[in-house]
Amino acid sequence: MASIAACSSPGIVPKQEHGEDPMQIDSNAPEQRHINRVPEGLLLTDYLRIYYGKLFPYMDMFKWLSYGNADGKHPGCDSSYFGRREFSFTIKSDRDEIYLRFQSFSNASEMESAIKAKCPTKIDIGAVYTVDPAKRHAYAQSGFSPVERELIFDIDITDYDDVRYCCSGADICSDCWPLMTIAIKVIDTALREDFGFNHILWVFSGRRGVHCWVCDSRARRLSKEQRSAIADYFNVYKGGENSLKKVTFSGPLHPSLARAYTDVLKHYFEEKWISTQKLFEHEERFHKILQLIPDESVVSELAGKWQGSRLEHVNSVRWDQLKHMLQSGSKKTQGLRRCIEEIVFSYTYPRIDIQVTKGMNHLLKAPFCVHPGTGRVCVPIDPNNCEQFDPTSVPTLAQLLEELNANASIGTDNYMEKTSLGLSVNFFRTSFLEPLFKTCKEELESAYNTKIQQSKDSLNW
Amino acid sequence: MEIVRSQRRNGSDGSAGAASLPLYKSAPSLEVRLEEFERCAIDRLRVLKAISDGLSRGKKPEEMDNLVGELWRANMKHQDVDETLRKDIISHFALRLVYCREEEMRRWFLSMETTLFRYRFRLQNAEAQKSIMNELQLQYNVLSHAEYETLKDKLIQAARSVNSTSNPETVFYKVPFEDVPDLVAGRRVFLLKGFAFVPRNQVVSLVCTIFRSNISKALALTNRKWRATIHDQEKDRLAPIVEALGNSYLGPDYSQPRECAEISLKDINQLASSSFPLCMRHLFGKLKEDHHLKHGGRMQLGLFLKGVGLKLEDALAFWRAEFSQKVGAERFDKEYAYSIRHNYGKEGKRTDYTPYSCQKIIMSTPSTGDHHGCPFRHFSEENLRAALNKMGVGGRAMDDIMDKVRNRHYQLACTLTFEATHAASCETGINHPNQYFVESRKIFQSKILVRMLITIV
Repeated sequence: MASIAACSSPGIVPKQEHGEDPMQIDSNAPEQRHINRVPEGLLLTDYLRIYYGKLFPYMDMFKWLSYGNADGKHPGCDSSYFGRREFSFTIKSDRDEIYLRFQSFSNASEMESAIKAKCPTKIDIGAVYTVDPAKRHAYAQSGFSPVERELIFDIDITDYDDVRYCCSGADICSDCWPLMTIAIKVIDTALREDFGFNHILWVFSGRRGVHCWVCDSRARRLSKEQRSAIADYFNVYKGGENSLKKVTFSGPLHPSLARAYTDVLKHYFEEKWISTQKLFEHEERFHKILQLIPDESVVSELAGKWQGSRLEHVNSVRWDQLKHMLQSGSKKTQGLRRCIEEIVFSYTYPRIDIQVTKGMNHLLKAPFCVHPGTGRVCVPIDPNNCEQFDPTSVPTLAQLLEELNANASIGTDNYMEKTSLGLSVNFFRTSFLEPLFKTCKEELESAYNTKIQQSKDSLNW
Repeated sequence: MEIVRSQRRNGSDGSAGAASLPLYKSAPSLEVRLEEFERCAIDRLRVLKAISDGLSRGKKPEEMDNLVGELWRANMKHQDVDETLRKDIISHFALRLVYCREEEMRRWFLSMETTLFRYRFRLQNAEAQKSIMNELQLQYNVLSHAEYETLKDKLIQAARSVNSTSNPETVFYKVPFEDVPDLVAGRRVFLLKGFAFVPRNQVVSLVCTIFRSNISKALALTNRKWRATIHDQEKDRLAPIVEALGNSYLGPDYSQPRECAEISLKDINQLASSSFPLCMRHLFGKLKEDHHLKHGGRMQLGLFLKGVGLKLEDALAFWRAEFSQKVGAERFDKEYAYSIRHNYGKEGKRTDYTPYSCQKIIMSTPSTGDHHGCPFRHFSEENLRAALNKMGVGGRAMDDIMDKVRNRHYQLACTLTFEATHAASCETGINHPNQYFVESRKIFQSKILVRMLITIV
């Protein structure tokens, strides 16, 4: 990390014609380097223009989304593949926000010039269609429909608002963010172990959640029904706003849930969640937990015990009391046996937006976009080290441009390397893109060989 | 023809009295009299309708087993195996013709036929099941003994997690998870590295997936033929029967407002509190309160309002007035208006979408932040009591309603609610939110009853 005092270096960031130079905001206080928000108004677009001009990893995005089909030399390539992908732009002008759907690009440079020209505040990625989405009207008769799409997951911390007490809505803090860490761990493990997927990309959504892209060819070709099945497989926390009990287990846990419980949820709930959220300190909070116990006598006994008295470690003590009560021989009835697990799952198991996963043409924000509210870049998250990910230290646009300025003198044209975005892009390349690309090439090769073999066979007949 | 022959052979084998189960691959060339055609169709419809009712009452699998068995015996079974088979086939193809014509009808028919097939398949003996699997060209590997031993613990754990009370199954098929979406969705199988391990007693899922997709394709094809030729050729003979069968048994189609024709925006608040069923009243109230509804709620309420007679322009104004308070008018126009026009068939595929029936609403699965669904099924008892209280239901009526709910008779509970709030009986029973609305308007429009209601409340 370069921390040389910012010197407005000429040539990279244009001087603002009005107002202060945003690059100098922090120049005297290097210990507060984070500029959390892009200043209001016009500046966002100006910042974005530089970001798209110097930093956005076009080639990497193109290489990813063409899945090995961009290599024109190989006869097995489908050269139309990338061009049939839908992109969508959100563009902000002075007062309006315009939404452009069904954009498509035949190659990397077309994509690059369109993004540079339109300078979207948000880029979404959609499905690969039967034909070029820009020409969908011409093909309406013969059928315009999605044929391939990554299996995607969208997890948003606002969906946990009924169980987190530290923040609500768009806010996050170091106490509740671990819910996202848990979601990544549980889902990532299940996708690999249960479903056998290998090429999985996790991305910070820029403010309060995470996105997941499963890119194996098998995942991209799933039907709507199969996607629904996977979404339901993960949909443990159910029921609308008006049902009381959202998690119900009628028997012992399914192996996949049992693994999540013993490897991740239980430990986290007991060690962290009950104390950071003070689940048993406040009456209305522990009543919410007691509501999940379908036995009046247990509930009233516990509630009576917990009246008034304030002791040390009240949260863990009371949780132990609750567990003891439910597990003790006399109370161990059929209905209560699963209750401890149900409580832990209600509070900590991932809550995915199932509609996003089920659909084939649902749009999802592209990695490396900038969240317009926070100014933070949607960087990939390493699922193997997701505990270390800190959403509050994700580079912001302003910070990146400052680094760019500070390191302008370093003699290379690779702007990305001069900023902390370089680390994220490198991670994207080495951990995700390269293994994916290798697999794509192998699959392409073997599909092609099979085809050749078949045509040979048919000649021999 | 081919089916008939192969099934006959099965039947005469007398393999432990197993009823033969045709796959309806192609229409047989049989001579069928029109009256027989119609009678068979009606009998099968009775079966499918009752299955549909059973599912919407949330009957458990064992209860459904019994129900389907009884229905089949009462409506379809004949002493002579061949006669039963003949009727089975004729009635299936007759209904295929009846239900091929609209998307909504196709979906209903497909799902009921698959359910029927599922139960009937499970009643077959292992031999017959195997021959059906062969006929569907399902060739899967049975897990070797060595593999079984290494996975045994997990396999048993997965079986126990879904309360499989029978003896632990030891024969498992190893199949790609893509082939058994329903088992994956219900977490009813153990998954490892992309394979699902399907116990032999769940093999019905594999079979049903294929059966369903075959029938689905066939329905699309029949629809095309109906439009292209059959409809015209049979204008005077089959077509009237087919059309009448569709109308008389599916219940009315509420996509076009009838009777009360149109409602205007200014009356909507009042109508909501007098004539909306609880599910819609709840969505309506939540919308007014939060100025927002999630997708499922927008669909359920939006289509209902369309069916009630709210015109597109009024619908847009109505939703905009609420949503703009939360997300701003601009974002409404950009993100939400499209789907409202879509519901009215003005965008995308331009299908005129039909309002949801009780069955669809009851079977929906609301999730975090959702308010749609059937209150009688999806609300906790406490919340349901509070909601009914707000409608002015109490005392004896409340107890009766909660009783129906506990027995999972959600539509009957709704009917009782209707009767309690309208001080009138509802003989047909409630099976569609828009029907509830229409019946309610009828009552309010006859002034005498209104006065009666006032004196009672």
